[in-house]
Amino acid sequence: MDLNLTAEEQQFRDELRDWLKANVPADWSAKREDPLETRFEYLRTWQRKLFDGGWAGISWPKEYGGRGASLMQQVIFWQEMALAGAPPMANALGLGLIGPTIISFGTHAQKQRYLSKILSAEEIWCQGFSEPNAGSDLASLQTSARREGDFYVVNGQKTWTSYGWIADWCEVVVRTDPNVPKHKGLTVMLLDMKTPGISVRPLRQMTGESEFSEVFFQDVRVPVENVVGEVNQGWDVAIGTLMHERGTFGAGLQILYRRNMERLIELSHELERGGRPAAQDPLVRQKLAQCYAEIEIMRLNQMRAFSRISATGVPGPEGSIQKIFWSELNQRVQQVAQELLGPYAQLASSSPYAVDKGVWAYGYLRSRGNTIEAGTSEIQRNIIGHFVLGLPRSY
Amino acid sequence: MQFGLSESQEILKDNARKFFAGECPINHVRKLAETGSAYDADLWSKMAAQGFTGIIFPEQYGGMGMSVVDLILLMEEAGRALVPGPFFATVALAATVIDAVATDAQKKKYLAPICSGETRATLAEIEAGAGWGNRVGKKMAAVNGRLTGEKLFVPDADVADFLVVTAGGGVFAVQQNAPGVSVTPMPAMDLTRSVYAVRLDNTPAEKLGDASGMERATDVATAALVAEMVGGMQRILDMSVEYAKARKQYGKSIGAFQAVQHQCADMYLETESSRSAAYYAAWALDHDPAQAATAVSIAKMYASDACRTVGNRGVQVHGGMGFTWENDLHLYYRRAKASETMLGDATFHRERIARLVIDAPGSRPQEVQESYRSAL
Repeated sequence: MDLNLTAEEQQFRDELRDWLKANVPADWSAKREDPLETRFEYLRTWQRKLFDGGWAGISWPKEYGGRGASLMQQVIFWQEMALAGAPPMANALGLGLIGPTIISFGTHAQKQRYLSKILSAEEIWCQGFSEPNAGSDLASLQTSARREGDFYVVNGQKTWTSYGWIADWCEVVVRTDPNVPKHKGLTVMLLDMKTPGISVRPLRQMTGESEFSEVFFQDVRVPVENVVGEVNQGWDVAIGTLMHERGTFGAGLQILYRRNMERLIELSHELERGGRPAAQDPLVRQKLAQCYAEIEIMRLNQMRAFSRISATGVPGPEGSIQKIFWSELNQRVQQVAQELLGPYAQLASSSPYAVDKGVWAYGYLRSRGNTIEAGTSEIQRNIIGHFVLGLPRSY
Repeated sequence: MQFGLSESQEILKDNARKFFAGECPINHVRKLAETGSAYDADLWSKMAAQGFTGIIFPEQYGGMGMSVVDLILLMEEAGRALVPGPFFATVALAATVIDAVATDAQKKKYLAPICSGETRATLAEIEAGAGWGNRVGKKMAAVNGRLTGEKLFVPDADVADFLVVTAGGGVFAVQQNAPGVSVTPMPAMDLTRSVYAVRLDNTPAEKLGDASGMERATDVATAALVAEMVGGMQRILDMSVEYAKARKQYGKSIGAFQAVQHQCADMYLETESSRSAAYYAAWALDHDPAQAATAVSIAKMYASDACRTVGNRGVQVHGGMGFTWENDLHLYYRRAKASETMLGDATFHRERIARLVIDAPGSRPQEVQESYRSAL
């Protein structure tokens, strides 16, 4: 057990830290408020800069344009990105999920065709997995693909598709054989979002933004060479993609939570409660201390998990506790922020009276999605119950 | 960076588990729990022979000179086995204080026989009306090397050969058979670790040092207690999962019902999170003194709430069986409740965290603070 960085890790961190210091754009906090399209172009330019500096897709093998970074280096990467206040990358799904899937399951031609354009953000990717009637029970999806000569003809609907409204390409899971058990008739394909027959409708969420969309397919023709892995073996490919979803990204989240905590502590010294600074109110102190401690435990849980994965090479089902922990914790911290700020907490960014440009009202609403996105808390508890504790399957 | 156990640490933990499984099985714990003091002299000498009683103390006093992390792994296994008796009181409470505040000659006199297994000891701190924050010994009078007053909730005082007593800002050693010492049981929830009221009346005492030097020792003891709690939580989780698999209703294992399964998943989350916090607290005590106090309080805060919650869930999963005397669960449940309070409950440690991180920025990570400032 040694929680200090090794000399090699430290060298990696210093190099990255210097690069970020010189390259993270200073105007990001102002651009946050921009309309989605302009903001997205900004993020695309930022990713291009990371790519040119050799920092895009650091977990990818070197032969595919990545850096071949160790797991701990990836952890450091996300921590440093968060510490530097760096903007997110435009092609987050391409880098984190779809690229690694193509690397694991794709043909040589697919790797040549897609990977470098994912890294440079020249082509933005989305992920067509969930459907209106296939959420947690993904394998029951109904979007169909029928073989016609050298093409598959796709019909159906996907939903909760992040970046669907702006993406150039989509990794889609479709049913190619309806006559076998549900997990066995699925295939993964790469689909050009400009193909005729595709329509996209942004989904407006509780916060007022549209991070995701609904995507409709009507007789969309996909060339057979766009199949990833074997036909009807798509479940394994899809699970491979989802395993990447619980990657090292959370290491940065912990830093963002800590920055929120810094602000809440600062606010507790400024705001008054019963004629004295809120920081002197015993109940406020209890609540802030609880948040602070849990954020630290989130970090420690992550570090133990990363160390285990780095030793075994396999991200196990134990990862589900990280998902439960960060999502439920953020909801608790946002609630404490609401209590601390009192009536000001509810003000939107458009109000001149808003504290911190309305970020706490936004954060509170946005956190409701945390326990649903990327696998609901209920599904995570099922995974722990069945795959970690060995209890019988409950569904 | 590697936040996992080394090979030698795995071996230590594994050996301790096997040792306790062989020498202190739960039916033996049950028998001891009915004896009042819950002390087994034979088990004690076997533990001493393993080097457990001197695990973290310097070799010059007959100790093993190992790290706090090693102590924590041993305590985790002791907690899993619900080892009764004065091990925690002697090694984690009394001996760490002696090691922290006493002179070399005093360590030879008091610490060495603890390491060798000859003597047992305990720490007498709490006074009537006082809580865990009060270590100065306000109500214990120290006059001309003699102590007069009362200490409460002193663990295992009846089997301790001597007591480490806080009085008037000092720390003293008092022989249990010295004149004026009376030890009265305080029958309480935990049947495997008994607590006592200790009255001293003009009792001769030897001053070991100042109470101000006790802080780190108390943090080591607190981390050790958290680790013991983690072991207990793990056992409650294991028993509950086993029961949820075996018990059938409506034609299937009750563990197949999500209402039951999710209780188990939460127990797992709470146990693992407590473990992460305990291991880090131990590591910080060894390697990062600036973070150690905060890390210890975070661990005790989280584990204090978690061990109660895990216990509650465990009883619930066991249904009526969990509420019976025969089932071993209540022995763990009782220990968990006592440990929750000992050395400060969650509320106590939240306030300590607040003092460390809200009142002063010093123990918050510097790089996060800089990151936050630069974003303004």
